[in-house]
Amino acid sequence: MIAQPLPEHPDFFWRNPEPRSSYDVVIVGAGGHGLATAYYLAKNHGITDVAVLERGWLAGGNMARNTTIIRSNYLWDESAAIYEHALKLWEGLPAELDYDFLFSQRGVLNLAHTLQDVREGVRRVGANRLNGVDAEWLEPDEVAEVCPILNISPRTRYPVLGGTFQPRAGIAKHDHVAWALAHRADEMGVDLIQGCEVTGFLKDGNRVVGVETNRGRVLAGRVGLAAAGHSSVLAERAGFRLPVQSHPLQALVSELHEPVHPTVVMSNHVHVYVSQAHKGELVMGAGVDAYNGYGQRGSFHVIEQQMAAAVELFPVFARAHVLRTWGGIVDVTPDASPIIGTTPVENLFVNCGWGTGGFKATPAAGWTFAHTVATGEPHPLNAPFALDRFTTGALIDEHGAAAVAH
Amino acid sequence: MLLISCPWCGPRDETEYHYGGQAHVPHPESPADLSDEQWAAYVFYRDNSKGPFAERWVHSTGCRRWFNVLRDTATHEVLAVYRLDGPRPAPPQAGGNR
Repeated sequence: MIAQPLPEHPDFFWRNPEPRSSYDVVIVGAGGHGLATAYYLAKNHGITDVAVLERGWLAGGNMARNTTIIRSNYLWDESAAIYEHALKLWEGLPAELDYDFLFSQRGVLNLAHTLQDVREGVRRVGANRLNGVDAEWLEPDEVAEVCPILNISPRTRYPVLGGTFQPRAGIAKHDHVAWALAHRADEMGVDLIQGCEVTGFLKDGNRVVGVETNRGRVLAGRVGLAAAGHSSVLAERAGFRLPVQSHPLQALVSELHEPVHPTVVMSNHVHVYVSQAHKGELVMGAGVDAYNGYGQRGSFHVIEQQMAAAVELFPVFARAHVLRTWGGIVDVTPDASPIIGTTPVENLFVNCGWGTGGFKATPAAGWTFAHTVATGEPHPLNAPFALDRFTTGALIDEHGAAAVAH
Repeated sequence: MLLISCPWCGPRDETEYHYGGQAHVPHPESPADLSDEQWAAYVFYRDNSKGPFAERWVHSTGCRRWFNVLRDTATHEVLAVYRLDGPRPAPPQAGGNR
């Protein structure tokens, strides 16, 4: 018997070039934000002499580990503006990138379990509407209409007292988002270089002129950091500090089920958020582990608490099984808002501090960070998210809308 | 789950404790004299080391006392446990304090 010859390997989505000795722009971190930054540098600013250096493999950090939720129902004007910009970009990206990454606008419910939750939610709905973000306040019976498998009985430990609903919110297939961005960035000439760790920064006085890597020295006109949980480590190597703390954030999936869950449900008070992936897994996340950690894993009791909350909210989940759990490293700021802008080092820029909510912002992070790196000045959307707000006191406190315990 | 040895009660599960962040951060002696930058550094900036990190924990469901832990944030290994008034110990050789 003669074995069937294997089919031709399909075209690769990107080249795997060796790093060149010099680029106009080096982006550190090939996660969603780094790839989106490279994509918009090329597309919006015509800057294609760009390398994205990735310590591990492309989109193997938080981009592979998030729970894929996309929404823009944040409280403050500054946040609503940048997250809504992201949501509008999401709505156009599948066509623009010519890639169906299963963006599904199935809505997001943020549940209220206490009087304080109710007041915060009603206030946030009002703020959202004033900012042009679609939002509704739902009473418990309306919550059950949107998501019939939710237990809205008043007899539970933390009864559902209502919820905010953003119909345009939803989920997308995270890996495919990264691959689509990587593919288009590569097509426009961006070098995506995996297995390339930045070990130091080359400086001329206070100006960055390149990076040291495990694959040699790479000169750069400008350098942008998009390294999420490892931002502090890079900042230290570059000679400045960031007001972020890196924590484990865990998530998990069940085995595959028939479609039972029509939307996305998040509950800040009992610390769980749940959606059902297209394939059928129930996808759940929790709050961060309290301690600092770079180990991409957390403690099991966090998962136990998350499961307890999930089963009380969704009695139908009691027969589901946890199939896989994992952790990522999230960089959390004191005000639960990101830092996107200049640094104390000239020509070195930083995009970090997205904490537990970076995935939803991927296109806007890339859009604004590309603008910042290309022009040296923040875009109006990210100007409020400057590093100096921790000195001026102009914080953007999104602990309520961040929806995850920080 | 971490297994942490309270200096007074011995080894207990992590769920008995609460976390207090970086240790050895003294309150400024005269806050009114600080510049905005210095005050921001005290209020908002903490070390975020990858590797040995001195941090505070409180034994909430036990003796309710605070103490310090030297822990490796990359491996989560507890390297040393010591009292609040003690100096930060040097990181031990591989193998920790077992």
